[in-house]
Amino acid sequence: MIGEAALGGALIGAAVVLLWIGIGHIAGISGILARVPAGCSRGRGWRLAFLGGLIAAPLLYGLAGGTVPAPAVTHDPWLLVCGGLLVGFGSQLGNGCTSGHGVCGVARLSRRSLTATATFMLAAVATVFVSRHLLGG
Amino acid sequence: MAAKLVALTAGLVFGLGLTLSGMIDPARILGFLDVAGVWNPILGVVMASAVAVAAVGFAVARRLPHPLVGSAFHPPGRTAIDVRLVGGAALFGIGWGLVGYCPGPALASLGLGLRPTWLFVGAMMAGMVVAGVAGAAQRRWCPG
Repeated sequence: MIGEAALGGALIGAAVVLLWIGIGHIAGISGILARVPAGCSRGRGWRLAFLGGLIAAPLLYGLAGGTVPAPAVTHDPWLLVCGGLLVGFGSQLGNGCTSGHGVCGVARLSRRSLTATATFMLAAVATVFVSRHLLGG
Repeated sequence: MAAKLVALTAGLVFGLGLTLSGMIDPARILGFLDVAGVWNPILGVVMASAVAVAAVGFAVARRLPHPLVGSAFHPPGRTAIDVRLVGGAALFGIGWGLVGYCPGPALASLGLGLRPTWLFVGAMMAGMVVAGVAGAAQRRWCPG
C-alpha cells in the first residue's frame, strides 16, 4: 500500500512536470476546470484534453485489468452540496487546490502555496475532528 | 494539436497516479485528516512523492528558455499572501474535510458512475461559478 502510494504520487509528480515542461502550464485541477467555460476559448482545448485524460484514466486502468478502488463517499446530499460549494468557491478565492498549491506550488517553494497548503490542511483536519469526534458524525 | 496531446497524456498520468495511490477514495483522504482517529498516512506519502518528483522537474525546467510546445511558461502571477488566499484556502479545507473530495479525485472518479460524486462535482462547479460571478476570480478568469 505504501509502495502503491509512492508510485502513484510519483506519477502525479510526473504529470505535473510533463504539463510544465511540455506546454508551460501549472497542473492545478481547480484552475484548469474553472477556465473551461464559454468566453475562455483561448486555451480551452488543452484544458479539455487534460480533464478528459484525468476522467478516462481510472476507466482505462480498470479495462486493462487493474483494480480501481471503489470510492467510499457519503450519501448525505447536504454534506455533498455544502462540501462541493466550499471546495469550488474556496479554490477560486484562494487560487488553487491540493494539486495547484499542494503539489505544484509546494514543489516550487512558493510562499503563497506553502501558506495555502498549511491553511487548508489545518482547516480540513479541524473539520474532520469536529465532525467525527465532537459531533460524532 | 501537440499541446492537446501533451495535456491529454498529462491528464491520463495524473489520473492513473490518483487511481494507483487510492486517492480517488474519499475514505482514505478522511483517514489521513483524522489525526485523532485511526490515522492513515497514505495521503502524506502520495503528496511527498509527488512534490519530490515535481520539484526535480521544476528545477530542470529552469534551464529551459521555453516549454517544448509553446513560446513561454505561464507561472502563477500572484505573489501576495492576503486575506483572499488564506480565507479561500480555509473554506476549501472545510469543504475538503466535510466530504473527503478535492477537485482532482472528484473529477477522476466521475466515470465510475456514483451519484454522490456527480452531486459533489455539480456543487463544486456551482461554487466556482459563484466565485467568478462575485468577481472574486474575475481578473484571473481568462488569462490565456
